[in-house]
Amino acid sequence: MVDSSASTAGKSSETLDQVTILFCGDSGDGMQLTGTQMGTTSAICGNDVSTLPDYPAEIRAPAGSLGGVSAFQLHFASHEIHTPGDSPDVLVAMNPAALKIHLPRLLPGGILIADRDAFTVRNLEKAGYADNPLEDAAMGTRYRVHALPVTTLTLKVLESLDLKRSAKVRCKNFFALGLVYWLYDRPLEQSLTWIEKKFVRMPLVAEANRLALQAGYHYGETADAFSVQWRVPRTTGRQGTYRLVNGNEAAALGLVTAARLAGKPLVYSSYPITPASEILHSLSRWKHLDVRTIQAEDEIAAMGATIGAAYGGSLAATGTSGPGVCLKSEALNLAVMLELPLVVINVQRGGPSTGMPTRTEQADLLQAMFGRHGESPVPLLAPASPADCFTLAIEAMRIAVRHMTPVFILSEGFLANSSEPWRIPRLQDLEPIVVKHPTEPTGFQPYSRTPETLARPWVLPGTPGMEHRLGGLEKQPLTGNVSYAAADHETMCRLRADKIARIAGFIPDLEVAGHPQASLLVLGWGGSYGAIRTAVERLAEAGRPVACAQLRYLNPFPGNLGAVLARYKRVLVPELNHGQLALLLRARYLVDVQSMGKLQGQPFKVGEIEACIMEVLSDD
Amino acid sequence: MTTDNRRHALTRRDFATDQDVRWCPGCGNNAILAQMQKTLPELGVPRENIVIISGIGCSSRFPYYMNTYGIHSIHGRAPTLAMGLKCARPELLVWVVTGDGDGLAIGGNHFTHALRRNVDINILLFNNRIYGLTKGQYSPTSEPGTRTQSSPDGSIENPVNPVGVAIGSEASFIARTVDVFQQHCAGMLKRAAAHRGASLVEIAQNCIIFNDGAWSHLTDPDRRLEHVLYLEHGQPMRFGKQGEKGIRLNGLQPEVVDVATVGEENLLMHDEQAPEPTLAYLLSRMGPPDFPTPVGVFRALDKPVYSQQLMEQVHAAQAREPADLEALFRQGETWEIT
Repeated sequence: MVDSSASTAGKSSETLDQVTILFCGDSGDGMQLTGTQMGTTSAICGNDVSTLPDYPAEIRAPAGSLGGVSAFQLHFASHEIHTPGDSPDVLVAMNPAALKIHLPRLLPGGILIADRDAFTVRNLEKAGYADNPLEDAAMGTRYRVHALPVTTLTLKVLESLDLKRSAKVRCKNFFALGLVYWLYDRPLEQSLTWIEKKFVRMPLVAEANRLALQAGYHYGETADAFSVQWRVPRTTGRQGTYRLVNGNEAAALGLVTAARLAGKPLVYSSYPITPASEILHSLSRWKHLDVRTIQAEDEIAAMGATIGAAYGGSLAATGTSGPGVCLKSEALNLAVMLELPLVVINVQRGGPSTGMPTRTEQADLLQAMFGRHGESPVPLLAPASPADCFTLAIEAMRIAVRHMTPVFILSEGFLANSSEPWRIPRLQDLEPIVVKHPTEPTGFQPYSRTPETLARPWVLPGTPGMEHRLGGLEKQPLTGNVSYAAADHETMCRLRADKIARIAGFIPDLEVAGHPQASLLVLGWGGSYGAIRTAVERLAEAGRPVACAQLRYLNPFPGNLGAVLARYKRVLVPELNHGQLALLLRARYLVDVQSMGKLQGQPFKVGEIEACIMEVLSDD
Repeated sequence: MTTDNRRHALTRRDFATDQDVRWCPGCGNNAILAQMQKTLPELGVPRENIVIISGIGCSSRFPYYMNTYGIHSIHGRAPTLAMGLKCARPELLVWVVTGDGDGLAIGGNHFTHALRRNVDINILLFNNRIYGLTKGQYSPTSEPGTRTQSSPDGSIENPVNPVGVAIGSEASFIARTVDVFQQHCAGMLKRAAAHRGASLVEIAQNCIIFNDGAWSHLTDPDRRLEHVLYLEHGQPMRFGKQGEKGIRLNGLQPEVVDVATVGEENLLMHDEQAPEPTLAYLLSRMGPPDFPTPVGVFRALDKPVYSQQLMEQVHAAQAREPADLEALFRQGETWEIT
């Protein structure tokens, strides 16, 4: 959708409703920063925003190599959006390797901005180019190419500054950012303030970045090559104060908020692992909120410490990724047996084994569901978006405490790194988490049950007269004394299962969106929400009989799921695995769902889901 | 009527549970249990503030027989639960009961790190040099050549020495005692409880079924005085029926000497507070056939305590910054939609 009008500077101005930009370059080129700056500024300008960083697993990959390419995708719009965008409209490539990797994704007719200076013989060689692609005539027919000497222009504007050449060259990303700011009519204020704060002790570096940013902006304003300035108007969102959060920040905020709502300290014990470590980093900075973090010696110790902290009466959580969950499973079973409240966050990544640490996947669903010996039910929640990690971290703690059980949160690498605006809640609007610690010894039984939930009492050490022993051995109901009696084991297994099943009575029904007369339901879980919703909304608006729903509660399922499934002729289940939710749905509801799997380490694209829906509909 | 610990002085009976003790008759664990039940009332700690956490194995049944709070956890992991509990509730007195298999094989990693961190917990390692509960396989402390179900031709493994591992782990308190040394055992338990930081007490314990007599050189009344060296801080190292033998350092090597010949002033003096672990390590290597086996406190150092430092950081942060969660929500760039 394009709206044109004349601009005063002799350049025209056009209005767009959404744009996707991909910033890419060498790891040292500051592309994550550039993308974050543009994202933050766009959000402050009132756009809805969704971002997705993509950086190499290597800490310092060789400069200019294909392995060292770092990218940041940014989608901003004048309406509500749910994904970081399928294919970029604009590609900013700071070196040949970045161009090599990401050019195939640029939409035909899209804008390419490249730093011509970086296309040296040596860099072209490293990227595997025989000839300079910027000099390829075909390029200009496919894309709107702006091959600028970004490095030279940056050095020139910084000529008079008493800085090393290398320090000046490092400012080239801000030149590129300035140019993009002009292209999309963005104010420089946010970035200028950021520069001032960031380099407060290095005034010369601050000055250099400021000059580079302004020079890039003025270059757009004056260079003839850029004849159009694009405007993406404000969205009309829900009233409130917003900030950007990624899934890991949101999860950390959710955990500390849950602790506040329960009036308790938070103990978070974790072992460093990609892509979950950031949760530990955030929480370790929040000691003023009585957050106590423990960097354990291994994944097992992290799980053990979490159990110990829960036993002591703290809100307790641990975070990890798939390989860590494998190691934690024995201790998690102990938590199931002790019936203590705690939360395990699995930020899923590509597996099996070490797999693809920095890439996303949804292939740990069955592990979370069944990956423990014995009958060992654990509730599972899966956030639908980065900001939803906040909501579900609180919800997971609420369930853990109310039902006295460990709870899994299945986050995803994609959600962990992707950012979106988060409407900052007021604490007073959040429902407190009610905690009870019995202190009356008369009639106390460690494994007595609250009738409604079947939860056992959370009695804390330090309570006089209620000394008792818990353990991993099977027990008698009520007393919790060790028992291998046939009837006791059967009873306890049923009690533990019923306790989790009853959570269904406390969670919201599954909501369906899309075409009112839909024959096809697209049912996803977790982070595929944005892509599925966008695809289905587009098709439903175009009159296709398709609806969608996203499961955030995976064990137990929402109470109405069976009824929802029964309403549709067909059910399509897209997941980043080989059909794990599909397997559960078939087993549980005897519904012949169609599975759409993808295992590429990347989230779904809207177009992929649209295409699959069209294919399914065409079978009718 | 509820039990109120503060109304009467606690006795050993307050720490017994209604559970039948299921260790084999004659098992060394019974003797340790008796000492623990006798010692805890003397510590002046309310019963409800005591937690005993164990792993898996014969020794790890211990919590079921102690009327305190307790967890019988999973194999090797008890120190991890203890660490988490202590960070949540620094005021509790937390004990870990483990064995040579639980603590040094499957749980070796946690054993090392709990000691290194100096979490304020007390680890009791019952060392019977065998796996008992799984019916008699060699353990990480079994002597080379030990014939067991899983080593019918004799173990070909090199054993570890729990005290040596603890020294290597920079433990701040390390002691050794023997299950049947009633007074000595009680004394070591008290010292461990009083220590600030992680403490390890290795308790030589006899498995009457699968490894009977593993410590008989220390426990036989006839041989005991010839084989046990009681370590006492600031005292010369003497042993033997009349204390006629002593330990002297010859270069870097200890040697057994006749006290009357060399003079007591030339004997090695024990210093449990020595900042360097050299002496403790030298002692940890002593044992049959050439040396007596030292029992007592090897090391007792005042070092920063993990659980305490953690809370100091929390309190410092709380003093520095108000606990304003909504301010945290607003960190970074925010914007309004009106």
